[in-house]
Amino acid sequence: MKIEVTEALWFDESREVSLAELAEACGISEAELNELVDCGVLAPIDPQANQWTFRSNCLVAARTAFRLCHDLDLDPHGLAVVVRLLERINDLERELRHLRAQMPGGSR
Amino acid sequence: MKYKDYYSILGVDRGADADEIKKAYRKLARKYHPDVSKETNAEEKFKEVAEAYETLRDPEKRAAFDQLGSFQPGQEFRPPPDWWKQFADTGPTFEDIDLADLFAGLTRGHARQGRGGKIPVPGEDYEVAVHVTLEQAFHGAEVDLDLTLPEYDDQGFPRRVPRKLKVRIPRGATDGQKLRVPGKGGKGLNGGRDGDLYLSIVLHPHSLFRVTGHDLYLDLPLAPWEAVLGTTVKMPTPGGPVNLKVPPGTRAGQQLRLAGRGLPKPHGAAGDLFAIVQVAVPTVLNERERGLFKQLAEGSTFNPRGHFESE
Repeated sequence: MKIEVTEALWFDESREVSLAELAEACGISEAELNELVDCGVLAPIDPQANQWTFRSNCLVAARTAFRLCHDLDLDPHGLAVVVRLLERINDLERELRHLRAQMPGGSR
Repeated sequence: MKYKDYYSILGVDRGADADEIKKAYRKLARKYHPDVSKETNAEEKFKEVAEAYETLRDPEKRAAFDQLGSFQPGQEFRPPPDWWKQFADTGPTFEDIDLADLFAGLTRGHARQGRGGKIPVPGEDYEVAVHVTLEQAFHGAEVDLDLTLPEYDDQGFPRRVPRKLKVRIPRGATDGQKLRVPGKGGKGLNGGRDGDLYLSIVLHPHSLFRVTGHDLYLDLPLAPWEAVLGTTVKMPTPGGPVNLKVPPGTRAGQQLRLAGRGLPKPHGAAGDLFAIVQVAVPTVLNERERGLFKQLAEGSTFNPRGHFESE
């Protein structure tokens, strides 16, 4: 059986997506997305704009946030704290990898 | 179908009330949620726990589960004859249904019936980790994915179907990179859109190169005289060997940068390759070598610890 090859796509950071597109792409309602913006988990490019737009990599953030919220029964504020802390852990782990890579004979 | 004991998965009694079930679920979810947990098998464990909770939290499904009877986990069983009539309007059209899918099917069946028609249900999105080597990340690669995704029959009952997929990973996808494969997730139902597949790239450790973002680091051992006099060395890079000029007086720990020799970036540019200099010392010397070092020691005015004395 021949299997066709599918392209995996980058999240093009220069591309902007509308609230409706984001909702469609991550299977979350616009109302739920609004809530994520309200509690500071998602940031529109221009919060003052009439029609919000987002960087397309917000897709991953929105999906993660929604999953956490649903699975752990978090309220919006609890969710915001968890997301902030997860971001910090991510940054610290990246920093750690960077430092380890620079260590001669470094641990891999 | 194989039996799973949802009560023992959550660690509660069969008679537990809704509150106890919720409490038990929350405790286990905090421990095993794949987004926050570092436990091994966190994802698998969480799936089990979530599946148990999905059924036990809903009084109707819990009653249906209780009516199945009690078996040993993993034991083959069939629902009692009148079970289908009582809890589902119709049964699935296939035999090899999974217990989780059976209960998921009850909801879907009800949603469909309740609204008096077939409503489109979008397919689910799935996230999978894809392991690639540094060479694959550098050149781009086609990788085979073996997935198990649900498909639905006319009644809305899901069935896990193995699916083989070939995906092209673009060059320059580095560790932790997320990629999207549109339309390759779960199938939509009643004309709903198909879900997407999210890939999370995991880079295999390489024996020579250490990766951070798109930059690479490599240890470059030099002989003492090479570090002192300078030299040209043939350096391995993911794109093939290149000549690197080492200037005279190169110190251990210094980083020599080969611009653009790291992993390619999505929009044209590329990371850098850094060679970290190490001065390697021969541990076994022949007569002549020993003589030359002695000569150097006697004739040199170099004092590497001059700064100790000014203290």
